[in-house]
Amino acid sequence: MPTTFFGWVFFLMEEYGPVLLTGAGVTLLLAVVGTFIGCLIGLVVGIIQTIPMEDNDSTFKKATIKLTQRLLDAYVEVFRGTPMIVQAMVVYYGAMSVFNIDMSPMFAGFFVVSINTGAYMAETVRGGIESVDPGQKEAAIAIGMDHFQIMYNVILPQALRNVMPQLGNNLIINIKDTSVLNVISVTELYFASKSAAGVYYKYFEIFFLTCVIYFIMTFTASRLLRWVESKMDGPKDYQLVNYDPMADPCGHVPLPTKKQKGRFD
Amino acid sequence: MAQDRELLVSVHDLQKAFGEREILKGISFDIYRGDVVCVIGPSGSGKSTLIRCINYLEHPTGGDICYRGESVMKHFKKLTQFRTKVGMVFQSFNLFNNMTVLENCTVGQIKVLGKSKEEAKETALRYLKHVGMDSYVNAKPHQLSGGQKQRVAIARALALEPEVLLMDEPTSALDPEMVGEVLRVIRDLAESGFTMVIVTHEMAFARDVSNRVIFIDQGVIAEDDAPDVLFKNPKNPRTKEFLGRFQQ
Repeated sequence: MPTTFFGWVFFLMEEYGPVLLTGAGVTLLLAVVGTFIGCLIGLVVGIIQTIPMEDNDSTFKKATIKLTQRLLDAYVEVFRGTPMIVQAMVVYYGAMSVFNIDMSPMFAGFFVVSINTGAYMAETVRGGIESVDPGQKEAAIAIGMDHFQIMYNVILPQALRNVMPQLGNNLIINIKDTSVLNVISVTELYFASKSAAGVYYKYFEIFFLTCVIYFIMTFTASRLLRWVESKMDGPKDYQLVNYDPMADPCGHVPLPTKKQKGRFD
Repeated sequence: MAQDRELLVSVHDLQKAFGEREILKGISFDIYRGDVVCVIGPSGSGKSTLIRCINYLEHPTGGDICYRGESVMKHFKKLTQFRTKVGMVFQSFNLFNNMTVLENCTVGQIKVLGKSKEEAKETALRYLKHVGMDSYVNAKPHQLSGGQKQRVAIARALALEPEVLLMDEPTSALDPEMVGEVLRVIRDLAESGFTMVIVTHEMAFARDVSNRVIFIDQGVIAEDDAPDVLFKNPKNPRTKEFLGRFQQ
């Protein structure tokens, strides 16, 4: 048996490494899929929440929009306002006792993470949509685009870019917070660590390893999203194009000289 | 106005109130093909509201707007078609920030007019060349100066080949040194016969470029005349007072 702290750490790493890594895999799967589905839910809810009411809409259309928006408001408030650990218990055991549905812990896990992230992302998407300056919407209206075209071509591409940092936040939070799903016996990283720690009663050593694994996952996720953001921004530079090589270089078309990097206004 | 000219847009007794506050109290005028109408007046007189009402960015609370004799207010279905016939240039440019200069000028043609990409690009380039921005097709709006942005915004409006171009203080948000380049483009358009309605504070420009000047004060047309008459011999005392402040 090892005698030092690091001796134990390496010993346990050999012994329980595969178990912990499998747990980490489950954690990542839950976090990534949950965040992805949550974002889709948030996107749909956020878009519905920002549908404008026109004066010339029919009463039926207005009532339908209003009712849907109120229901979605309730969803957002309930799922933001209760802890995920409690939601997991309610969903998992509630499904069994009320609806007689015996869902697997894993399925309940996906469900809870998605619906919880959805509630947060709905607000984030709403903020993203409202942050796009209304002048662009007016310009789009003025060239004859309808609400759907404006959202798809002008508002959403910009709103989604603004939402990216918050999406990264949510992914990282989900990587960490899926640990609460141990209460419904989802075999994610925390659950695996707790089981492994119980064998030799070496809680500190095991959870030191767990800590490192969590941090590697969140740090990688955060860097990866930064990279995606910079890709979304496109090149910082642009090339001047001279379409007419015979154009008078003294005319109002500037000479195709090499531009400085970055902005020049 | 001569009756043999082609009537494009007519505004009948247009009213607009925001709650209790009446901004426009019954404005009527006609826009014929080839007209360059400048709308002047003190701040808060309703100039911008008027031009925004013409293409329905604000919904008028009374009166009517007709396009070629047909009421736009009564035929909401035709609103999209009407909007492609009436281009709009904004004070704050309002370019689509997620698109390049070229995409800004093609998106309307492709999505609204249903043109093919190549066709749209060709038209866009023609108008970008017109405003001297054709070499910047790949730039994003945030990489351009104010004057360049406004020239792109003019090209974007022109790319839909509208019959009337509405401009809401096109140079008010620009640095003084950039005002010239935008005014030059507008002057150029006026000379090539574009029909335009321009809200402006540039009095000298209004006098040179327009064939008609409308002076709006407190929500009504105080004076509507040829620029030579209105600027040299204003009949209304309010016009006289307003212009007097500019001549000092």
